[in-house]
Amino acid sequence: MTLAKDDSAREEADAGTGMTGGADDGVTGEGYAPSARRLERERYRRARARRATAIAALSTLATAVVLYLVVVNAPGWPRTKETFFSAQYAREALPKVLEGLWLNIRLLAVCGVAVLVLGMLIAIARTLRGPVFFPLRVLAAAYTDFFRGLPLIINLMIVVLGVPALRLQGVTVDPVLLGGTALTLTYSAYVAEVFRAGIESIHPSQRAAARSLGLTNRQALRYVVLPQAVRRQVPPLLNDLVSLQKDTGLVSIGGAVDAVRAADIIVGRSLNYTPYIVAGLVFVALTIPMTRFTDWVTARMDRRAQGGSL
Amino acid sequence: MNGTDAPVLRLESVRKTFGGSVVLRDVDLEVAPHTVTALIGASGSGKSTLLRCANLLEEIDDGAIWLDGEEITDPRADQDAVRRRIGVVFQAYNLFPHMSVLDNITLAPRRVHGVSRAEAEERARELLERLGLGARADAYPDRLSGGQQQRVAIVRALAVRPRLLLLDEITAALDPELVGEVLEVVRGLKDDGMTMVLATHEMGFARDVADQVCFLDGGVVLERGTAEQVFGDPQQERTRRFLRRIVEAGRL
Repeated sequence: MTLAKDDSAREEADAGTGMTGGADDGVTGEGYAPSARRLERERYRRARARRATAIAALSTLATAVVLYLVVVNAPGWPRTKETFFSAQYAREALPKVLEGLWLNIRLLAVCGVAVLVLGMLIAIARTLRGPVFFPLRVLAAAYTDFFRGLPLIINLMIVVLGVPALRLQGVTVDPVLLGGTALTLTYSAYVAEVFRAGIESIHPSQRAAARSLGLTNRQALRYVVLPQAVRRQVPPLLNDLVSLQKDTGLVSIGGAVDAVRAADIIVGRSLNYTPYIVAGLVFVALTIPMTRFTDWVTARMDRRAQGGSL
Repeated sequence: MNGTDAPVLRLESVRKTFGGSVVLRDVDLEVAPHTVTALIGASGSGKSTLLRCANLLEEIDDGAIWLDGEEITDPRADQDAVRRRIGVVFQAYNLFPHMSVLDNITLAPRRVHGVSRAEAEERARELLERLGLGARADAYPDRLSGGQQQRVAIVRALAVRPRLLLLDEITAALDPELVGEVLEVVRGLKDDGMTMVLATHEMGFARDVADQVCFLDGGVVLERGTAEQVFGDPQQERTRRFLRRIVEAGRL
Protein backbone atom coordinates (compact mmCIF):
# COMPACT_ATOMS: atom_id res chain seq x y z
CA MET A 1 0.00 0.00 0.00
CA THR A 2 2.72 2.40 0.93
CA LEU A 3 4.55 1.33 -2.20
CA ALA A 4 1.57 2.17 -4.34
CA LYS A 5 1.36 5.54 -2.69
CA ASP A 6 5.03 6.20 -3.37
CA ASP A 7 4.50 5.31 -6.99
CA SER A 8 1.59 7.63 -7.44
CA ALA A 9 3.50 10.37 -5.69
CA ARG A 10 6.35 9.85 -8.08
CA GLU A 11 4.00 9.95 -11.04
CA GLU A 12 2.56 13.19 -9.83
CA ALA A 13 6.04 14.60 -9.47
CA ASP A 14 6.81 13.48 -13.01
CA ALA A 15 3.67 15.09 -14.34
CA GLY A 16 4.65 18.23 -12.49
CA THR A 17 7.91 18.61 -14.35
CA GLY A 18 5.83 18.64 -17.48
CA MET A 19 8.32 17.51 -20.09
CA THR A 20 8.94 13.91 -19.15
CA GLY A 21 6.32 12.27 -21.34
CA GLY A 22 8.69 10.46 -23.64
CA ALA A 23 7.92 7.33 -25.56
CA ASP A 24 8.61 5.12 -22.55
CA ASP A 25 6.25 4.87 -19.67
CA GLY A 26 7.38 7.43 -17.19
CA VAL A 27 10.77 5.90 -16.46
CA THR A 28 12.81 9.06 -16.73
CA GLY A 29 15.67 8.65 -14.32
CA GLU A 30 18.62 10.94 -14.90
CA GLY A 31 20.73 9.71 -17.79
CA TYR A 32 18.66 6.60 -18.42
CA ALA A 33 18.57 5.48 -22.02
CA PRO A 34 16.53 2.39 -22.89
CA SER A 35 18.80 -0.43 -23.95
CA ALA A 36 18.67 -1.95 -27.39
CA ARG A 37 17.21 -5.06 -25.81
CA ARG A 38 14.30 -3.13 -24.38
CA LEU A 39 13.61 -1.30 -27.65
CA GLU A 40 13.65 -4.57 -29.53
CA ARG A 41 11.24 -6.14 -27.04
CA GLU A 42 8.86 -3.22 -27.31
CA ARG A 43 8.99 -3.30 -31.08
CA TYR A 44 8.11 -6.98 -31.00
CA ARG A 45 5.20 -6.38 -28.59
CA ARG A 46 3.81 -3.58 -30.75
CA ALA A 47 3.95 -5.81 -33.81
CA ARG A 48 2.15 -8.54 -31.92
CA ALA A 49 -0.56 -6.12 -30.82
CA ARG A 50 -1.06 -4.89 -34.38
CA ARG A 51 -1.36 -8.45 -35.62
CA ALA A 52 -3.92 -9.31 -32.93
CA THR A 53 -6.04 -6.31 -33.88
CA ALA A 54 -5.91 -7.23 -37.55
CA ILE A 55 -6.94 -10.82 -36.86
CA ALA A 56 -9.84 -9.70 -34.67
CA ALA A 57 -11.10 -7.32 -37.34
CA LEU A 58 -10.82 -9.92 -40.08
CA SER A 59 -12.56 -12.59 -38.06
CA THR A 60 -15.39 -10.21 -37.15
CA LEU A 61 -15.85 -9.22 -40.78
CA ALA A 62 -15.91 -12.86 -41.94
CA THR A 63 -18.51 -13.77 -39.29
CA ALA A 64 -20.68 -10.81 -40.28
CA VAL A 65 -20.52 -11.72 -43.98
CA VAL A 66 -21.44 -15.35 -43.30
CA LEU A 67 -24.38 -14.33 -41.11
CA TYR A 68 -25.56 -11.85 -43.71
CA LEU A 69 -25.39 -14.39 -46.52
CA VAL A 70 -27.23 -17.02 -44.47
CA VAL A 71 -30.05 -14.63 -43.62
CA VAL A 72 -30.34 -13.04 -47.04
CA ASN A 73 -30.29 -16.36 -48.85
CA ALA A 74 -32.95 -17.87 -46.62
CA PRO A 75 -35.98 -18.87 -48.67
CA GLY A 76 -38.34 -16.53 -46.78
CA TRP A 77 -36.03 -13.54 -46.63
CA PRO A 78 -37.85 -11.18 -49.06
CA ARG A 79 -41.08 -11.74 -47.17
CA THR A 80 -39.39 -11.38 -43.76
CA LYS A 81 -37.65 -8.24 -44.86
CA GLU A 82 -40.91 -6.70 -45.83
CA THR A 83 -42.82 -7.62 -42.66
CA PHE A 84 -40.06 -7.03 -40.08
CA PHE A 85 -37.70 -4.48 -41.60
CA SER A 86 -39.91 -2.09 -43.51
CA ALA A 87 -38.40 1.40 -43.51
CA GLN A 88 -41.78 2.96 -44.10
CA TYR A 89 -43.42 1.40 -41.06
CA ALA A 90 -40.32 2.05 -38.96
CA ARG A 91 -40.62 5.75 -39.71
CA GLU A 92 -44.29 5.68 -38.85
CA ALA A 93 -43.80 3.72 -35.62
CA LEU A 94 -40.78 5.51 -34.14
CA PRO A 95 -42.52 8.69 -32.90
CA LYS A 96 -45.40 6.71 -31.38
CA VAL A 97 -43.04 4.24 -29.75
CA LEU A 98 -40.92 7.04 -28.31
CA GLU A 99 -44.06 8.67 -26.96
CA GLY A 100 -44.95 5.38 -25.29
CA LEU A 101 -41.41 5.04 -23.98
CA TRP A 102 -41.88 8.16 -21.89
CA LEU A 103 -44.43 6.19 -19.87
CA ASN A 104 -41.89 3.37 -19.38
CA ILE A 105 -39.30 5.83 -18.16
CA ARG A 106 -41.70 7.43 -15.67
CA LEU A 107 -42.76 3.99 -14.47
CA LEU A 108 -39.11 3.05 -14.03
CA ALA A 109 -38.38 6.13 -11.97
CA VAL A 110 -41.36 5.74 -9.63
CA CYS A 111 -41.15 1.96 -9.30
CA GLY A 112 -37.37 2.10 -8.89
CA VAL A 113 -37.64 4.34 -5.85
CA ALA A 114 -40.57 2.38 -4.40
CA VAL A 115 -38.70 -0.89 -4.90
CA LEU A 116 -35.58 0.37 -3.17
CA VAL A 117 -37.50 1.66 -0.15
CA LEU A 118 -39.76 -1.37 0.20
CA GLY A 119 -36.90 -3.80 -0.44
CA MET A 120 -34.77 -2.17 2.23
CA LEU A 121 -37.63 -2.27 4.77
CA ILE A 122 -38.25 -5.96 4.09
CA ALA A 123 -34.54 -6.77 4.32
CA ILE A 124 -34.27 -4.97 7.66
CA ALA A 125 -37.39 -6.73 8.90
CA ARG A 126 -35.78 -10.06 8.05
CA THR A 127 -32.57 -9.27 9.92
CA LEU A 128 -34.20 -7.88 13.08
CA ARG A 129 -33.51 -9.81 16.22
CA GLY A 130 -35.62 -10.15 19.29
CA PRO A 131 -38.79 -12.08 19.98
CA VAL A 132 -41.09 -9.09 19.44
CA PHE A 133 -40.18 -9.06 15.78
CA PHE A 134 -40.92 -12.73 15.16
CA PRO A 135 -44.19 -12.13 13.25
CA LEU A 136 -42.50 -9.39 11.21
CA ARG A 137 -39.64 -11.71 10.33
CA VAL A 138 -42.03 -14.46 9.25
CA LEU A 139 -44.12 -12.06 7.18
CA ALA A 140 -41.08 -10.64 5.43
CA ALA A 141 -39.75 -14.13 4.69
CA ALA A 142 -43.15 -15.24 3.36
CA TYR A 143 -43.37 -12.12 1.22
CA THR A 144 -40.01 -12.67 -0.46
CA ASP A 145 -40.64 -16.38 -0.92
CA PHE A 146 -44.01 -15.75 -2.54
CA PHE A 147 -43.23 -12.84 -4.83
CA ARG A 148 -39.88 -14.17 -5.96
CA GLY A 149 -41.51 -17.42 -6.94
CA LEU A 150 -44.58 -15.94 -8.63
CA PRO A 151 -43.98 -15.30 -12.35
CA LEU A 152 -44.15 -11.57 -13.01
CA ILE A 153 -46.61 -11.97 -15.86
CA ILE A 154 -49.08 -13.85 -13.65
CA ASN A 155 -48.63 -11.29 -10.88
CA LEU A 156 -49.39 -8.54 -13.41
CA MET A 157 -52.51 -10.23 -14.70
CA ILE A 158 -53.83 -10.84 -11.19
CA VAL A 159 -53.26 -7.25 -10.11
CA VAL A 160 -54.14 -5.45 -13.35
CA LEU A 161 -57.17 -7.55 -14.27
CA GLY A 162 -58.19 -8.98 -10.92
CA VAL A 163 -58.25 -5.85 -8.78
CA PRO A 164 -60.63 -3.88 -11.05
CA ALA A 165 -62.89 -6.95 -11.18
CA LEU A 166 -63.43 -6.60 -7.43
CA ARG A 167 -65.08 -3.23 -8.10
CA LEU A 168 -63.89 -1.88 -4.79
CA GLN A 169 -64.86 1.68 -3.95
CA GLY A 170 -61.97 4.12 -4.14
CA VAL A 171 -59.48 1.62 -5.57
CA THR A 172 -57.94 2.67 -8.84
CA VAL A 173 -58.55 0.80 -12.06
CA ASP A 174 -55.79 2.67 -13.87
CA PRO A 175 -53.68 -0.03 -15.56
CA VAL A 176 -50.52 2.06 -15.20
CA LEU A 177 -50.90 2.38 -11.43
CA LEU A 178 -51.87 -1.25 -11.02
CA GLY A 179 -49.10 -2.42 -13.33
CA GLY A 180 -46.60 -0.33 -11.40
CA THR A 181 -47.86 -1.88 -8.17
CA ALA A 182 -47.37 -5.39 -9.52
CA LEU A 183 -43.83 -4.55 -10.69
CA THR A 184 -43.03 -3.06 -7.30
CA LEU A 185 -44.35 -6.13 -5.50
CA THR A 186 -42.18 -8.53 -7.47
CA TYR A 187 -39.05 -6.43 -7.67
CA SER A 188 -39.02 -5.39 -4.03
CA ALA A 189 -38.87 -9.11 -3.18
CA TYR A 190 -35.76 -9.46 -5.36
CA VAL A 191 -34.17 -6.31 -4.05
CA ALA A 192 -34.91 -7.28 -0.44
CA GLU A 193 -32.86 -10.43 -0.93
CA VAL A 194 -30.03 -8.41 -2.45
CA PHE A 195 -30.03 -6.09 0.57
CA ARG A 196 -30.25 -8.98 3.01
CA ALA A 197 -27.27 -10.69 1.39
CA GLY A 198 -25.43 -7.38 1.68
CA ILE A 199 -26.25 -6.96 5.36
CA GLU A 200 -25.17 -10.50 6.12
CA SER A 201 -21.97 -10.11 4.10
CA ILE A 202 -20.58 -7.48 6.46
CA HIS A 203 -18.06 -9.23 8.67
CA PRO A 204 -19.27 -9.86 12.24
CA SER A 205 -16.16 -8.08 13.54
CA GLN A 206 -17.65 -4.80 12.32
CA ARG A 207 -20.78 -5.38 14.34
CA ALA A 208 -18.68 -6.46 17.31
CA ALA A 209 -16.62 -3.28 17.05
CA ALA A 210 -19.76 -1.17 16.93
CA ARG A 211 -21.35 -2.96 19.87
CA SER A 212 -18.13 -2.71 21.87
CA LEU A 213 -18.39 1.05 21.53
CA GLY A 214 -21.81 0.89 23.18
CA LEU A 215 -23.90 1.31 20.03
CA THR A 216 -27.23 -0.48 20.21
CA ASN A 217 -28.12 -3.13 17.66
CA ARG A 218 -30.14 -0.57 15.74
CA GLN A 219 -27.38 2.02 15.79
CA ALA A 220 -24.83 -0.56 14.67
CA LEU A 221 -27.09 -1.41 11.74
CA ARG A 222 -27.75 2.22 10.88
CA TYR A 223 -24.23 3.65 11.11
CA VAL A 224 -21.92 0.72 10.49
CA VAL A 225 -23.54 -2.22 8.72
CA LEU A 226 -26.00 -0.62 6.28
CA PRO A 227 -23.65 2.01 4.82
CA GLN A 228 -21.16 -0.72 3.98
CA ALA A 229 -23.82 -3.17 2.78
CA VAL A 230 -25.45 -0.66 0.43
CA ARG A 231 -22.11 0.23 -1.11
CA ARG A 232 -21.39 -3.41 -1.74
CA GLN A 233 -24.83 -3.98 -3.24
CA VAL A 234 -24.71 -1.25 -5.86
CA PRO A 235 -23.78 -3.51 -8.82
CA PRO A 236 -26.46 -6.16 -8.20
CA LEU A 237 -29.01 -3.41 -7.50
CA LEU A 238 -28.28 -1.69 -10.79
CA ASN A 239 -28.63 -5.07 -12.44
CA ASP A 240 -32.12 -5.41 -11.04
CA LEU A 241 -32.89 -1.86 -12.13
CA VAL A 242 -31.94 -2.67 -15.74
CA SER A 243 -34.19 -5.69 -15.55
CA LEU A 244 -37.03 -3.58 -14.13
CA GLN A 245 -36.56 -1.14 -16.96
CA LYS A 246 -37.36 -3.80 -19.56
CA ASP A 247 -40.17 -5.28 -17.56
CA THR A 248 -42.01 -1.96 -17.47
CA GLY A 249 -42.94 -3.00 -21.01
CA LEU A 250 -45.18 -5.70 -19.52
CA VAL A 251 -47.70 -3.19 -18.16
CA SER A 252 -48.99 -3.06 -21.75
CA ILE A 253 -50.97 -6.24 -21.04
CA GLY A 254 -53.39 -4.10 -19.04
CA GLY A 255 -53.90 -1.74 -21.95
CA ALA A 256 -51.58 1.08 -20.83
CA VAL A 257 -50.08 2.72 -23.91
CA ASP A 258 -46.35 2.31 -23.37
CA ALA A 259 -43.72 1.70 -26.05
CA VAL A 260 -44.73 -1.94 -26.53
CA ARG A 261 -48.43 -1.16 -26.68
CA ALA A 262 -47.82 1.69 -29.14
CA ALA A 263 -46.03 -0.74 -31.43
CA ASP A 264 -48.82 -3.26 -30.91
CA ILE A 265 -51.46 -0.81 -32.10
CA ILE A 266 -49.66 -0.15 -35.36
CA VAL A 267 -49.04 -3.86 -35.88
CA GLY A 268 -52.72 -4.59 -35.38
CA ARG A 269 -53.64 -2.05 -38.01
CA SER A 270 -51.00 -2.84 -40.62
CA LEU A 271 -50.13 -6.50 -40.00
CA ASN A 272 -46.49 -5.44 -40.34
CA TYR A 273 -44.18 -6.39 -37.47
CA THR A 274 -41.59 -3.67 -37.94
CA PRO A 275 -42.90 -1.61 -35.00
CA TYR A 276 -42.01 -4.48 -32.63
CA ILE A 277 -38.43 -4.38 -33.89
CA VAL A 278 -38.39 -0.62 -33.39
CA ALA A 279 -39.75 -0.92 -29.84
CA GLY A 280 -37.23 -3.68 -29.06
CA LEU A 281 -34.30 -1.62 -30.32
CA VAL A 282 -35.47 1.42 -28.36
CA PHE A 283 -35.46 -0.65 -25.16
CA VAL A 284 -32.00 -1.97 -25.96
CA ALA A 285 -30.80 1.56 -26.61
CA LEU A 286 -32.16 2.60 -23.25
CA THR A 287 -30.59 -0.36 -21.44
CA ILE A 288 -27.09 -0.10 -22.87
CA PRO A 289 -26.12 3.17 -21.13
CA MET A 290 -27.48 1.71 -17.91
CA THR A 291 -25.42 -1.46 -18.31
CA ARG A 292 -22.29 0.54 -19.09
CA PHE A 293 -22.96 2.65 -16.01
CA THR A 294 -23.24 -0.55 -13.95
CA ASP A 295 -19.93 -1.79 -15.35
CA TRP A 296 -18.30 1.51 -14.57
CA VAL A 297 -19.56 1.57 -10.99
CA THR A 298 -18.47 -2.04 -10.46
CA ALA A 299 -15.01 -1.41 -11.87
CA ARG A 300 -14.62 1.68 -9.74
CA MET A 301 -15.63 -0.19 -6.61
CA ASP A 302 -13.26 -3.05 -7.43
CA ARG A 303 -10.43 -0.58 -7.75
CA ARG A 304 -11.32 0.94 -4.41
CA ALA A 305 -11.60 -2.48 -2.79
CA GLN A 306 -8.12 -3.41 -3.98
CA GLY A 307 -6.62 -0.51 -2.07
CA GLY A 308 -8.88 -1.34 0.86
CA SER A 309 -8.26 -3.19 4.07
CA LEU A 310 -9.63 -6.31 5.71
CA MET B 1 -19.45 4.51 45.75
CA ASN B 2 -16.70 1.91 45.98
CA GLY B 3 -13.54 2.19 47.96
CA THR B 4 -10.54 3.15 45.89
CA ASP B 5 -9.15 -0.37 46.11
CA ALA B 6 -12.30 -2.17 45.05
CA PRO B 7 -11.52 -4.04 41.83
CA VAL B 8 -12.71 -2.49 38.58
CA LEU B 9 -13.21 -5.90 37.03
CA ARG B 10 -13.75 -9.14 38.89
CA LEU B 11 -14.34 -12.59 37.43
CA GLU B 12 -15.49 -15.47 39.57
CA SER B 13 -15.47 -19.10 38.40
CA VAL B 14 -16.14 -18.10 34.81
CA ARG B 15 -16.81 -21.03 32.52
CA LYS B 16 -17.22 -20.83 28.76
CA THR B 17 -17.63 -23.63 26.23
CA PHE B 18 -17.82 -23.64 22.46
CA GLY B 19 -19.70 -26.73 21.34
CA GLY B 20 -18.07 -29.53 23.28
CA SER B 21 -14.75 -27.86 24.13
CA VAL B 22 -14.25 -25.98 27.36
CA VAL B 23 -12.44 -22.71 26.60
CA LEU B 24 -12.51 -21.17 30.09
CA ARG B 25 -12.66 -23.33 33.21
CA ASP B 26 -13.32 -21.72 36.61
CA VAL B 27 -11.41 -18.56 35.84
CA ASP B 28 -11.01 -16.08 38.70
CA LEU B 29 -9.49 -12.66 38.16
CA GLU B 30 -9.37 -9.33 39.91
CA VAL B 31 -8.21 -6.13 38.27
CA ALA B 32 -7.53 -3.24 40.66
CA PRO B 33 -8.01 0.37 39.54
CA HIS B 34 -5.13 1.96 37.63
CA THR B 35 -3.35 -1.35 37.14
CA VAL B 36 -2.42 -3.33 34.07
CA THR B 37 -3.13 -7.03 33.86
CA ALA B 38 -1.42 -9.05 31.16
CA LEU B 39 -2.86 -12.36 30.00
CA ILE B 40 -0.21 -14.59 28.47
CA GLY B 41 -0.35 -18.10 27.13
CA ALA B 42 -0.29 -20.05 23.89
CA SER B 43 -2.80 -19.46 21.11
CA GLY B 44 -6.11 -21.08 22.02
CA SER B 45 -5.48 -20.86 25.75
CA GLY B 46 -8.55 -18.66 26.20
CA LYS B 47 -7.05 -15.16 26.46
CA SER B 48 -9.18 -13.59 23.75
CA THR B 49 -12.30 -15.41 24.89
CA LEU B 50 -11.80 -14.05 28.39
CA LEU B 51 -11.68 -10.50 27.06
CA ARG B 52 -14.70 -11.04 24.83
CA CYS B 53 -16.65 -12.40 27.79
CA ALA B 54 -15.70 -9.36 29.87
CA ASN B 55 -17.19 -7.12 27.17
CA LEU B 56 -20.27 -9.35 26.86
CA LEU B 57 -19.48 -10.10 23.23
CA GLU B 58 -19.67 -13.74 24.35
CA GLU B 59 -22.18 -15.11 26.80
CA ILE B 60 -20.59 -17.08 29.64
CA ASP B 61 -21.92 -20.49 30.66
CA ASP B 62 -21.30 -20.21 34.38
CA GLY B 63 -19.78 -17.95 36.97
CA ALA B 64 -20.12 -14.18 37.15
CA ILE B 65 -18.35 -10.99 36.11
CA TRP B 66 -18.51 -7.70 38.01
CA LEU B 67 -17.67 -4.25 36.71
CA ASP B 68 -17.26 -1.71 39.51
CA GLY B 69 -19.16 -3.99 41.87
CA GLU B 70 -22.11 -4.43 39.53
CA GLU B 71 -22.74 -7.87 38.12
CA ILE B 72 -22.73 -7.47 34.35
CA THR B 73 -23.45 -11.11 33.56
CA ASP B 74 -26.85 -10.76 35.21
CA PRO B 75 -29.38 -11.27 32.40
CA ARG B 76 -31.18 -8.17 33.68
CA ALA B 77 -28.11 -5.96 33.23
CA ASP B 78 -28.18 -3.42 30.40
CA GLN B 79 -25.52 -4.72 28.04
CA ASP B 80 -25.20 -1.49 26.10
CA ALA B 81 -24.69 0.45 29.32
CA VAL B 82 -21.95 -1.99 30.34
CA ARG B 83 -20.21 -1.71 26.99
CA ARG B 84 -20.31 2.07 27.21
CA ARG B 85 -17.93 1.83 30.16
CA ILE B 86 -15.50 -0.60 28.55
CA GLY B 87 -13.23 0.21 25.65
CA VAL B 88 -12.00 -2.59 23.39
CA VAL B 89 -9.13 -2.66 20.92
CA PHE B 90 -9.16 -5.62 18.57
CA GLN B 91 -6.34 -7.57 17.00
CA ALA B 92 -7.54 -6.73 13.46
CA TYR B 93 -8.30 -3.07 14.39
CA ASN B 94 -11.92 -3.42 13.15
CA LEU B 95 -12.04 0.20 12.06
CA PHE B 96 -15.09 1.09 9.98
CA PRO B 97 -13.75 1.24 6.41
CA HIS B 98 -16.50 3.55 5.14
CA MET B 99 -15.72 6.31 7.64
CA SER B 100 -12.83 8.71 7.97
CA VAL B 101 -10.56 8.46 10.99
CA LEU B 102 -12.38 11.34 12.64
CA ASP B 103 -15.81 9.78 12.02
CA ASN B 104 -14.61 6.45 13.37
CA ILE B 105 -13.59 8.13 16.59
CA THR B 106 -16.56 10.45 17.02
CA LEU B 107 -19.24 7.86 16.15
CA ALA B 108 -19.74 6.54 19.68
CA PRO B 109 -19.39 9.87 21.52
CA ARG B 110 -21.95 11.46 19.22
CA ARG B 111 -24.44 8.64 18.72
CA VAL B 112 -24.19 6.87 22.05
CA HIS B 113 -23.17 9.58 24.49
CA GLY B 114 -24.93 12.48 22.81
CA VAL B 115 -21.87 14.71 22.65
CA SER B 116 -22.08 17.52 20.11
CA ARG B 117 -20.11 17.13 16.89
CA ALA B 118 -17.82 20.06 17.64
CA GLU B 119 -17.00 18.81 21.11
CA ALA B 120 -16.48 15.21 19.97
CA GLU B 121 -14.20 16.30 17.14
CA GLU B 122 -12.20 18.55 19.40
CA ARG B 123 -11.51 15.71 21.80
CA ALA B 124 -10.78 13.33 18.93
CA ARG B 125 -8.25 15.73 17.40
CA GLU B 126 -6.66 16.26 20.79
CA LEU B 127 -6.22 12.49 21.26
CA LEU B 128 -4.98 12.02 17.69
CA GLU B 129 -2.48 14.80 18.22
CA ARG B 130 -1.21 13.12 21.35
CA LEU B 131 -0.74 9.83 19.51
CA GLY B 132 1.03 11.52 16.62
CA LEU B 133 -1.82 11.17 14.16
CA GLY B 134 -2.99 14.79 14.06
CA ALA B 135 -2.47 15.03 10.30
CA ARG B 136 -4.46 11.88 9.48
CA ALA B 137 -7.84 12.87 10.93
CA ASP B 138 -9.54 13.08 7.54
CA ALA B 139 -7.89 10.02 6.01
CA TYR B 140 -9.72 6.74 5.51
CA PRO B 141 -8.46 3.67 7.37
CA ASP B 142 -7.19 1.96 4.21
CA ARG B 143 -4.78 4.84 3.66
CA LEU B 144 -3.02 4.20 6.98
CA SER B 145 -0.31 1.74 7.94
CA GLY B 146 -1.22 -1.07 10.32
CA GLY B 147 0.41 0.71 13.25
CA GLN B 148 -1.47 3.91 12.48
CA GLN B 149 -4.75 2.01 12.16
CA GLN B 150 -4.21 0.36 15.50
CA ARG B 151 -3.44 3.70 17.13
CA VAL B 152 -6.65 5.09 15.65
CA ALA B 153 -8.50 2.08 17.09
CA ILE B 154 -7.02 2.92 20.50
CA VAL B 155 -8.14 6.53 20.17
CA ARG B 156 -11.61 5.32 19.17
CA ALA B 157 -11.80 3.22 22.33
CA LEU B 158 -10.52 6.08 24.48
CA ALA B 159 -12.82 8.73 23.03
CA VAL B 160 -15.68 7.70 25.32
CA ARG B 161 -13.48 7.87 28.44
CA PRO B 162 -13.92 4.21 29.37
CA ARG B 163 -13.48 2.92 32.89
CA LEU B 164 -11.60 -0.11 31.61
CA LEU B 165 -9.69 -0.83 28.43
CA LEU B 166 -9.45 -4.35 26.98
CA LEU B 167 -6.64 -4.91 24.48
CA ASP B 168 -6.83 -8.14 22.50
CA GLU B 169 -3.43 -9.00 21.02
CA ILE B 170 -3.30 -5.57 19.52
CA THR B 171 0.15 -5.99 18.02
CA ALA B 172 -0.31 -9.51 16.62
CA ALA B 173 -1.23 -8.29 13.12
CA LEU B 174 1.59 -5.73 12.93
CA ASP B 175 5.04 -5.78 11.37
CA PRO B 176 7.75 -5.96 14.04
CA GLU B 177 8.80 -2.39 13.27
CA LEU B 178 5.28 -1.10 13.84
CA VAL B 179 4.78 -2.94 17.14
CA GLY B 180 6.89 -0.43 19.02
CA GLU B 181 4.77 2.60 18.19
CA VAL B 182 1.61 0.89 19.43
CA LEU B 183 3.20 -0.41 22.62
CA GLU B 184 4.52 3.07 23.31
CA VAL B 185 0.92 4.31 23.29
CA VAL B 186 -0.13 1.64 25.79
CA ARG B 187 2.77 2.60 28.05
CA GLY B 188 1.57 6.21 27.92
CA LEU B 189 -1.92 5.10 28.91
CA LYS B 190 -0.55 3.23 31.91
CA ASP B 191 1.20 6.39 33.02
CA ASP B 192 -2.15 8.19 32.76
CA GLY B 193 -3.61 5.67 35.16
CA MET B 194 -5.85 3.77 32.73
CA THR B 195 -7.01 0.39 33.98
CA MET B 196 -6.22 -2.19 31.32
CA VAL B 197 -6.41 -5.89 30.64
CA LEU B 198 -4.35 -7.05 27.71
CA ALA B 199 -3.86 -10.36 26.00
CA THR B 200 -0.44 -10.36 24.42
CA HIS B 201 2.36 -12.37 22.89
CA GLU B 202 4.86 -9.57 23.55
CA MET B 203 6.43 -11.01 26.68
CA GLY B 204 9.04 -8.31 27.06
CA PHE B 205 6.31 -5.71 26.97
CA ALA B 206 4.13 -7.64 29.43
CA ARG B 207 7.06 -7.84 31.84
CA ASP B 208 7.68 -4.10 31.59
CA VAL B 209 4.18 -2.81 31.84
CA ALA B 210 2.06 -5.32 33.74
CA ASP B 211 1.31 -5.10 37.45
CA GLN B 212 -0.25 -8.53 37.30
CA VAL B 213 0.53 -11.36 34.91
CA CYS B 214 -1.74 -14.35 34.39
CA PHE B 215 -0.57 -17.42 32.53
CA LEU B 216 -3.51 -19.18 30.90
CA ASP B 217 -3.28 -22.77 29.78
CA GLY B 218 -6.16 -24.89 28.56
CA GLY B 219 -8.71 -22.37 29.82
CA VAL B 220 -7.30 -22.25 33.35
CA VAL B 221 -5.29 -19.50 35.04
CA LEU B 222 -2.35 -21.75 35.82
CA GLU B 223 -0.14 -19.15 37.37
CA ARG B 224 -0.52 -15.55 38.42
CA GLY B 225 1.52 -12.93 40.19
CA THR B 226 3.61 -9.89 39.60
CA ALA B 227 5.70 -9.79 36.46
CA GLU B 228 8.83 -10.63 38.46
CA GLN B 229 7.18 -13.68 40.02
CA VAL B 230 5.77 -15.16 36.82
CA PHE B 231 8.67 -14.37 34.51
CA GLY B 232 11.47 -14.63 37.11
CA ASP B 233 10.42 -17.58 39.20
CA PRO B 234 7.56 -19.56 37.65
CA GLN B 235 6.20 -22.24 39.95
CA GLN B 236 4.45 -24.47 37.42
CA GLU B 237 6.21 -26.80 35.05
CA ARG B 238 3.87 -25.75 32.16
CA THR B 239 4.71 -22.08 32.71
CA ARG B 240 8.41 -22.82 32.71
CA ARG B 241 8.13 -24.78 29.49
CA PHE B 242 6.09 -22.02 27.83
CA LEU B 243 8.56 -19.33 28.86
CA ARG B 244 11.50 -21.45 27.74
CA ARG B 245 9.98 -21.80 24.29
CA ILE B 246 9.39 -18.06 24.17
CA VAL B 247 13.01 -17.41 25.08
CA GLU B 248 14.20 -19.90 22.46
CA ALA B 249 12.09 -18.10 19.88
CA GLY B 250 13.86 -14.90 20.88
CA ARG B 251 10.70 -13.19 22.05
CA LEU B 252 11.78 -12.38 25.60
